[in-house]
Amino acid sequence: MLTALLPVLLAYGAASLSGIIFGRRAQVVVYGLSALAAAATALAAARFLAAGAAPESALLPLGLPWIGAHFRIDSLSAFFLFVIGLAATLISVYALDYGKHDAEAGRVLPFYPAFLAGMTLVPIAADAFSFLVCWEGMSVASWLLVLATHRQAETRNAAFLYLVMASLGVGALLLAFGLLAGGQGDYSFAAMHGAALDRWRSGLCFVLILIGTGSKAGMVPLHVWLPPAHASAPSHVSALMSGVMTKVALYGFIRLAFDLAGPAPWWWGAVVLLLGGVTALLGVLYAVMQHDLKRLLAYHTVENIGIVVIGLGLALAFRADGLALLGALALAAALLHVFNHAMFKSLLFLGSGAVLVATHERDMEHLGGLIHPMPVTAFVFLIGAVAISALLPFNGFVSEWLTFQAIINGALLPQWLLKFAVPVVGAMLALAAALAAVCFVKVFGTVFLGRARRPAAAEAKEVSALMLAPMAGFAAICTLVGVVPQSILGLVRPVAASLIPGGPGIELSDWPWLAPLGPDHSSYSGIVILLAVTFLTALSVLVIHRFASDRLRRSAPWDCGFPDPRPETQYTASSFAQPIRRIFGSIAFAATERIDMPGPGETRPAAIEVSLSDPVWEGIYAPTARLVGLLSERLNLLQFQTIRRYLSLMFAALVLLLLIVAVSQ
Amino acid sequence: MRVALLELLQFALLVALAPLLTGLVRKLKARLNARIGPSLLQPYRDLLRLLRKEVVLAPNASWLFRTIPYVVFAAIWLAAAIVPTFATGLALSRTADLIALVALLASARFALALAGMDVGTSFGGIGASREMMIASLAEPAMLMVTFTVALLVRSTSLPHIADYLLTHNVGIRISLLLGLVSLLIVALAENARIPVDNPATHLELTMVHEAMVLEYSGRHLALIEAASMVKLLLYISLIAAVFFPWGMARDLGDARAVALGLLSYGAKLALGGGVLALFETSIAKMRVFRLAEFLGGAFLLGLLAALFLYVSQGL
Repeated sequence: MLTALLPVLLAYGAASLSGIIFGRRAQVVVYGLSALAAAATALAAARFLAAGAAPESALLPLGLPWIGAHFRIDSLSAFFLFVIGLAATLISVYALDYGKHDAEAGRVLPFYPAFLAGMTLVPIAADAFSFLVCWEGMSVASWLLVLATHRQAETRNAAFLYLVMASLGVGALLLAFGLLAGGQGDYSFAAMHGAALDRWRSGLCFVLILIGTGSKAGMVPLHVWLPPAHASAPSHVSALMSGVMTKVALYGFIRLAFDLAGPAPWWWGAVVLLLGGVTALLGVLYAVMQHDLKRLLAYHTVENIGIVVIGLGLALAFRADGLALLGALALAAALLHVFNHAMFKSLLFLGSGAVLVATHERDMEHLGGLIHPMPVTAFVFLIGAVAISALLPFNGFVSEWLTFQAIINGALLPQWLLKFAVPVVGAMLALAAALAAVCFVKVFGTVFLGRARRPAAAEAKEVSALMLAPMAGFAAICTLVGVVPQSILGLVRPVAASLIPGGPGIELSDWPWLAPLGPDHSSYSGIVILLAVTFLTALSVLVIHRFASDRLRRSAPWDCGFPDPRPETQYTASSFAQPIRRIFGSIAFAATERIDMPGPGETRPAAIEVSLSDPVWEGIYAPTARLVGLLSERLNLLQFQTIRRYLSLMFAALVLLLLIVAVSQ
Repeated sequence: MRVALLELLQFALLVALAPLLTGLVRKLKARLNARIGPSLLQPYRDLLRLLRKEVVLAPNASWLFRTIPYVVFAAIWLAAAIVPTFATGLALSRTADLIALVALLASARFALALAGMDVGTSFGGIGASREMMIASLAEPAMLMVTFTVALLVRSTSLPHIADYLLTHNVGIRISLLLGLVSLLIVALAENARIPVDNPATHLELTMVHEAMVLEYSGRHLALIEAASMVKLLLYISLIAAVFFPWGMARDLGDARAVALGLLSYGAKLALGGGVLALFETSIAKMRVFRLAEFLGGAFLLGLLAALFLYVSQGL
């Protein structure tokens, strides 16, 4: 398996190199090679998982002298490689054509394969040094890709914020590895595995892991960089960042918290669970307030990361309390959602890219009626929208259903805090799922349905078949996994079994039913529902058309007798979200509406002004930024000193350090 | 064979009975208002008349607009058939547990809300937006009730729940009581009944559900009306199955038990319709933004019910 990845990495290298040398002319080579390499990764990973192969290790004479670089692949790595490879294959095929629309392809082509290579290497890195180098490689490559649209001021701000947050994250990871390795200085994962840390150190280590991987994955409150950065990148890169890179971050969390950091006490589970609930709910609330299509999708990534994190938190808690079967169920739900989110989020971002190519618009308030000129894009986007809203019969529902099954069994956890936390988080998840449906009615309704709000939307043309085919591929996967989840659960099971010791490999399926805890508890079958609804639909169509009436007449809409042909009279995205803004927004974002209604006889137009304030930004980031600004202003003095003063400062610092060492000895 | 026949009987029964139930509620409401009211069979006549009329479609209506009525009707019909009505042992009920049932209804609503946005009229938009707002609170409330019941029964599968409550003495539980109140509020909201919505008003601005489907006509409208009738039946069956399962046939081979099950089911439906009519006559419709408190209350009641049980488990 590891040897199979060597040509993959060489292909990425060659693609990157040709991107540097030939620029735009190498586009087909860059994306073609990337697609092939990603497909090879996915295939090799799937075969590794299906065969139940034993872990493989390799020690390469790279990196630090005498230490080398450790690589290892086990079922957890293979599962994530499969997700990364599968999504990247389709995204790269899409990019073959989409890339032509990039204004500055030279800023994308060299970094795209490097980004993919970084994401492929993180899951197989098996020592702290190579892990961090690959992790940073992935971050820097994606940062450069975000900067592809650097001419927009918005992008520059987003990229700066991304850089700051990525540095914070990697700093936390560095310290976490330091704690894990202890004083011995052996930074290989094998040595860290099962390292016995005392309570305080392991607690500190857990917090650092949470900051390091959470900031990359977009956990609230470390999510602020994610939506602007993901929205600013070119659409195929957005799909990779949202659909795939956040998964690599979750891999990092699982590897560190479940595998390396030793036996996790139950409170880790409680913290992760609550963070997941808050992330899911706040993420979707942010999303409902957006009217920029790509930013909205990026906020939904925050929500979905929250859903995965809820599953992970439950798994940690169940594992700590020895409920291995339920732990495996929760972990399987989380991993399945990792896969599902990678599929439908990539699909939705590619769809937004298609809309962008056809109309040059990201603002939903300017779109409308695209189902007529772009029927195929609309159809596949609809599948993605239904899937992400956790509705039947698609894949998003299956993983949320499994998560709910784990939550229902949370009552078996003995700790009081968890007994309270589990149902509250369940309520948060239920709210998040319902709000996601609201949000995607809004998205699909304003972008694809109704009437075109601007000429750009009216003159849109369907995108090329090369762009449609990968989207259709993602849609097919979403449907297949929703209808026959057994198809993917076979790959998830060995991973869950390997991370939850003592648990029997959870039997999730009882074909055609999905019955995770045995037939007496709960069951669900997507395929029966799909077949039954199809049959009943066909039956009613036949009966009604045969025996009642099939006549049809096209005429102006009714609209209560006052149809207005102007497209401005339609409901917009903001007006659709208004009830949610009033109910939830007034609590979460202190949303206020100021209505300026001119009196009788006045000729000025009426106006409505909405103001929202982001509690996370105002509460954490703005004060921090102010503090940093204040400190740097004060410390600015240091930049204008004479050489004598600098020397005495250095001397003082030396004395201080020696004093600290002396006191601590 | 017998199970399959009874399954078919259930499917047919649902569609056959649903308009009668709606007719009954309307008749009772009229009598409570001291009017004579239309005949019990009026809903059947309305549906037949609509089915025979031609469809008038806006020029820019897409294929979604034309398919959605059929899909919504089929989905709600299936959902209703999953809820145990007169017997607990029917095969189809394994297809979806309570959570999947909630999702099935949510999928149907998602589709209808999209249809409301399709023509691009202001009423369609306002209806869709408010319907989804109501759903965003009612759906989690229903899931909370699901949690409560599931904790007690250790299963989310509906026949198991009914079976368990039939065979075990759970006593009077404060959680079940809270859950019942919560589910009743959800049922009012989901079926667009007073005080959440008024299906009989003549002011489109005060409607939610009816405004959303304003552009529908002919057979499409008939299907949507029929779907909402089946949905009302579904919710009464659901409340009966989860909270009042008595009389349900547990053994499908026993013809007397099945007959008793059918009889008691009929009685429960009539009773449910009567209570609904009484409640609707005695209360006024709420302003749309008061609903957040009403439905939020249902959600919190459900959460409280679940919390009580989570905390008391394993003590």
